[in-house]
Amino acid sequence: MTGTEEQLARLRGGQLPKTHNARTIAALATNPGCTRRAVLDAAAVDKAEVASRAGYPAPFGMSPFALGRGVAFERRLKDEPEKDLLMLLREALDLDIAEVGFTDLNEVGGSTDLAVRHERTRRLLTAAPDQRGTLFDHPLLRFAVGGRHAYLEPDLIAFRHDDTVHVVEIKSFAIIDDQADGAKVAAAAIQSAVYVLALRDLLGDRAAVHDQTVLIAPKDFSLTPVAATLDVRKQISVLRRQLSRIAAIDDLLELIPADVTFSLEPDRGGQSRRDPAELLRDIRRVQASYAPQCLASCEMCYLCRDEASGTTGALGKSVREEAGGIESIQKVLAYAYEKDPYPVPEDVTEAAAILRRAATLRRRSLGDPT
Amino acid sequence: MTVLTSLARIEAASLGRAQLIRTVRHVHVSDRPLVLIPIGLAGEPCAPLAAMVGDDRLRPRLLVVASPLNRDERFAFAADLASVVLGYIGSYLAGHEPADKEPYPDAPQLIVPNAGGVAFTRLLGRSIRFRPAVGEGAVPAAVPVLGRWLTYLAERSHPSASLILTATGALAAHWATGQSAVEDENLATLLAWIAPPPGMSGADAALVAEDPARCPPAGPATDPGFDRDVLAGRLTAIRDARNAADMAAEQRAIAALERELREVLTPTWRLMWQGIDLLRSLPEAGHVADRRKGDLASFAGYARYLADGGFPQPRKDAAVDAARRLVRLEGDQQRLEAQMAYDDPLVMAEYRMTGAAFEGVVTHAEPARLDESGRKAKLRPWIWVETTDEVTAGPGSELRSPARPGQKAVVIDVDQQEHRTLVTLELQNGMGRGLSPAPGSVPEADDVVCYTTLTLDFQPSPEFPSREDTPWTHGGPPPEYVATDLDATEAWDGADWADDAYASEVLDGGLAVEEGAQ
Repeated sequence: MTGTEEQLARLRGGQLPKTHNARTIAALATNPGCTRRAVLDAAAVDKAEVASRAGYPAPFGMSPFALGRGVAFERRLKDEPEKDLLMLLREALDLDIAEVGFTDLNEVGGSTDLAVRHERTRRLLTAAPDQRGTLFDHPLLRFAVGGRHAYLEPDLIAFRHDDTVHVVEIKSFAIIDDQADGAKVAAAAIQSAVYVLALRDLLGDRAAVHDQTVLIAPKDFSLTPVAATLDVRKQISVLRRQLSRIAAIDDLLELIPADVTFSLEPDRGGQSRRDPAELLRDIRRVQASYAPQCLASCEMCYLCRDEASGTTGALGKSVREEAGGIESIQKVLAYAYEKDPYPVPEDVTEAAAILRRAATLRRRSLGDPT
Repeated sequence: MTVLTSLARIEAASLGRAQLIRTVRHVHVSDRPLVLIPIGLAGEPCAPLAAMVGDDRLRPRLLVVASPLNRDERFAFAADLASVVLGYIGSYLAGHEPADKEPYPDAPQLIVPNAGGVAFTRLLGRSIRFRPAVGEGAVPAAVPVLGRWLTYLAERSHPSASLILTATGALAAHWATGQSAVEDENLATLLAWIAPPPGMSGADAALVAEDPARCPPAGPATDPGFDRDVLAGRLTAIRDARNAADMAAEQRAIAALERELREVLTPTWRLMWQGIDLLRSLPEAGHVADRRKGDLASFAGYARYLADGGFPQPRKDAAVDAARRLVRLEGDQQRLEAQMAYDDPLVMAEYRMTGAAFEGVVTHAEPARLDESGRKAKLRPWIWVETTDEVTAGPGSELRSPARPGQKAVVIDVDQQEHRTLVTLELQNGMGRGLSPAPGSVPEADDVVCYTTLTLDFQPSPEFPSREDTPWTHGGPPPEYVATDLDATEAWDGADWADDAYASEVLDGGLAVEEGAQ
C-alpha cells in the first residue's frame, strides 16, 4: 500500500470501500471545487452512512415503481433483441450486417463474481474482430478512480463493422414528441461518457470508442423503444478534468489533519459506535464548498448546507455574486446598513458602496424615509 | 436576480423571515380560482395517481386511480377530472353572448403548486387530446376536450399571463426567502419562510416543512419512502383483491388507498389556499388589469375555436407558429418588465441601480417655455432635476416618467457634479392643446420625479408568412391536420397498458430490486 492509500484507508476507517458506479463517478463532475467531496469519494467512504450518523440523513431515494419500470423496460428490449433492439441499433449506428451476435455477459457459467465477469468481458472485447461478436449485454468494465478500481456495467455496447465501439444507454424516461426531460438526458449523457472512458482504458488502440453514444428510451406513453444519439465529447472532457483532480488527491490530503477519520467504528452487528458529535467535528475539518445544486447530487448536502448557513453562497451562486463575492451575511448587512463610517476593507469598497446604495433604495421604496 | 433581490434574500436569512421584493402584486388572482394538485406514479411519463381539485377551499374533490397503470382507469380519471375542469371553464362561458371577437367578462384561472404541476398538466393534456370519442378505442367525449384545454392552459404559463399560475412561482416573485431559489420550488418550505407558525423562525419552519414524513411533497412526484412503505402495499392489495374477484376486499383496499392519498394531498391543499390568501393580501399593481385583458381575449378566442370544432394542438409547433410564439413571449416579457417598473418603486429601484432610471427633485421649472425656432411656436417646458442616482442617459435620449407615462421628456443636458447630477429635460407633449400647459401636466419645483429609458410603447410584431407560404428553409407548408386511426392507437400500442405483466413488474419488480440490493 502506498502512503496515499494508507491515508485514504485511515479516513475510511474499518468500513468496506463504497464501490463507485457510473452515477457516482458522473456526480464527481458536478461540484469539482469541493475538497470534502473529493476526499470522501477518493477514500470510497459511504457518504450516506456517514451523513446519517452525523445527524444529517440524505434526502435521496428512488421510488420502487421507477426502479420496476426501468427493469421491465430493459427486460422487454433484451428478452427478444431481434424484435426491436437490433433494428434500432442498425438504424442508429448504420450497422450493415444482417446477422448480429448478442453476447450476454450478465453472468459467466452461472457465476456473477465480478472479477470473473470482468475477465470474460476483457477477453471477449479484445478478441480478434472476426471472432468477437457485435453486441454485448452488461459487460463488466473496470475503471480507476482515486487509485482504486471501480466496476462499471454499461447496459449494452455495440461494435460496428469499422471497429468503432458505441456505448448504448437504456433509460426508462419517455421521449415524448421527440423531446425528453433535459436533466435526465444530461444525466444519461454523462453516465455514457464514464463508460466511454472505461472502454477506452480497456481497448486501448484495439478499437476506437466513439464519442457518440446511443440512448434508447420509450416513445411517448408506450414502452415502444426509440433510439437517439448523444454527443458526449463535452462530458468526456469535464470528467477527465475532474478525474485528474482526484488523481491529484495527495495535494488535498496534505491539507487534512492526521487524526481526522470518517470511521463509523461499527460493532459486530454493523451498528456504528462512533460518537456523532466527534464524527461531525472531523467532517468539518475538511473544507466543503456548498452550493444549492448539491441538494440534487450529494449525500452530504444537508450537513454542508447547515454548516454554510450564514453565508451568501448558501442562498445561491448568483446571490453571492450580487453581493460582490462577500461570503458573510452579517458583513453584507453591516456594509449595507450600518451607519457611516463603518470600517470597510479596501478590496470590497466598491461592493460595499453598491450594497449601501441598494439598501437605501430598498428602504425608501418600502416606505421608510430614513 | 438583482442586487436588490439578493440583498432581500440576505436580509431574510438574517431575520429568519421572508422579505417583500415587490410593493404591489403583479399578477391577477381570480376571485374563484380552480386549484389543481395532480400527483402521478413515479417513473411513468404521465400516469395520474390522484388529484385534489376544486374552486372551494372547504370542499376539495379527491380523484383517485386505483390501478394507475391501467389505461381504462386512466381515461376514467380524465373523465372525472373533465367534469370538474370543464364545468369550471363552462361557468365562464354560460349566460354570456358577447359579440363576435369580444371577450367574456371573466376568465378561468388554474393554480397548480409548482412548475412540475404545469409540466404534468401539459403531459396529461398531450396524452388525451388526440383520443377519439367514437370508433375504436373511444373515450368519453369530454376527455379529448379536457386534453385541449389543459394543453392550452399549460402553454400559457408565463409570468405575464394569469390563466394558469404556479403557487411557488407567484409567491417567489413577490417574496425573497432566506433559502435558495432551488429550494423555493418547494411550496411547503417557501410558505414556511413567508408565514412561519407563531413563535417559529422561517428557517426552523422550513426545516420541518422539508421532511416528507411531516409535510408530503406537493407533487407531481410522491415521496419515494411513501411509495415504498405505503403506496406499494395499497396498490398491491387492490390488484390482489381484483385478481381474486373479492369485491368486498377490493372496496376496502380502494378506501384505504383513498385515505392515504387524501392524507398526502390535504396539507398541500391548505398551503395552496394559504398562498392564494397571501397573494391577495398585496394590493394589485396598476397594469395587472391591462395584462388581464390579453388573457380574456385569448380565452375567448380559444373557447370559440373549440366551439367551432377546432383541431387538437399539433404534437409540434409548425415553423411559423413557433416563430410567432417566440416573438409573442419576448414581447410579453418586455412589456411585463416595463409595466412592473412603472407600477412598483421597488422594481424601478432595480433600474435606478443600473442607471436606466433616476429619481430626483425638481429644482427649477419653466412650464411656459416656448420653442419659437420653427414657423409656429410650440410649448416645450424645461425642468431641471437634481439626483444622486447614476444617470446613463445622454443629451437627446427620450425618457418617460411613471407619473406621466404618455409624456416624452428629452434630455437637454446632463451636468455631473461631485455627489449629484443635474439633468435638464424638455417636455414634448401631454400638456393639452394650447400654448400654456394644462394644470398638473408639468412637474413643479420641489416635486419628486422619476425618469427612465423604459417605455410602455407597444412594439409591433414583425410580419410572418402564412402557413401556406412557409419557406422551404423551414420545411415548407406544414400538412393540414387530419384525424387518423393513428391517433387512436398512437403511443398506446404494444398492449402496454392492458398488460398486467407490466403492471406487476412495476409494482413488484422495484421492491424486489431493492431487497436484492440490500
